[in-house]
Amino acid sequence: MSCNPVLITIKSCINRISEAENHLTSVASVTLEIGEVSDIVPDYITDCWNWAVKKTNYLKDAELRIERIEAVTYCENCGKTYPTVQYAKICPYCKSDHTYLLSGNEYNIREIEAC
Amino acid sequence: MGTEQTDKFKIIQVKRSIFEDNNKDAEKLRQQLKEEKTFLLNLMSSPGAEKTSTLLALSKELSWKVKMGVMEADIDAAVDAETMTEAGVKSIQIHTGGMCHLDADMTRQGLTEFGTKDLDLVILENVGNLVCPAEFDTGAVRNMTILSVPEGHDKPLKYPLMYETCDLMVVNKIDVLDYFDFDKEKAVEYAKMRNPDIDVIFISAKTGEGIPQLAEWILKNVKEWCAS
Repeated sequence: MSCNPVLITIKSCINRISEAENHLTSVASVTLEIGEVSDIVPDYITDCWNWAVKKTNYLKDAELRIERIEAVTYCENCGKTYPTVQYAKICPYCKSDHTYLLSGNEYNIREIEAC
Repeated sequence: MGTEQTDKFKIIQVKRSIFEDNNKDAEKLRQQLKEEKTFLLNLMSSPGAEKTSTLLALSKELSWKVKMGVMEADIDAAVDAETMTEAGVKSIQIHTGGMCHLDADMTRQGLTEFGTKDLDLVILENVGNLVCPAEFDTGAVRNMTILSVPEGHDKPLKYPLMYETCDLMVVNKIDVLDYFDFDKEKAVEYAKMRNPDIDVIFISAKTGEGIPQLAEWILKNVKEWCAS
């Protein structure tokens, strides 16, 4: 995903919180949870972030923190879980393709530090 | 959303997915389409896989069987909508304003502008891109993707989410198979690795081969959606 929609969503989320809770004047940091198999490239989004925050007064000193979430897949056939990055869709234990992702495709805004 | 106070800054717990708003919006749009008995098909592919040419070929098969319309999404220009209108297909051009994909809200705006109440089938031609459009639920009932022979059979491995999201993979430009090292069986195998339920149809938008089967697939889905 290009960084544009992510940044737009973060901004609209901050605006909403600001309206709901006593008008934020400055944001110190935003923490994202990014899954290992989401296609966000942390370096990339950090570059975009550093460029974008300068354009908004209350964001200009805001730091972007990124926490990675491990990708884990569950096999419906044998009931085991395994690391997705290494084995993808096919279960390494029983070779079934009846598997689904338990975690790892997150794009969450976890918290915002603001005053 | 919880709040905890530190020295100066407070920490606001958000815990929200960036996709949350869009996913809710898409579900709402699908509900609305259900009530109006309109089937929305989201067509995705890389640039140049012949989305528009495929739609032109399809319109000859479909336009006398269902009331159809086409929404063309591009960053700029109106060439695709003009092409469709010239061919006698009701169409509208949407500009994404630089965005690489359509989301549910943009789709709804397009549909409202278009006036879809009397249409049975609307095909949304998404922005040519194998990455971002797969991530944003447009509110469509079904998703399909075109893989064209010159792109190579390895695309499902390289762009997994596109093939996981789609109900149908159309392999286009099979009239030039002889000139490329494109392995049909591998293309199907790789797509099924990503999505065991994906349907596959081979076509040539240029010669018309496979277009009746594709039209049939669409009609079957339209009927199911409008009947239930």
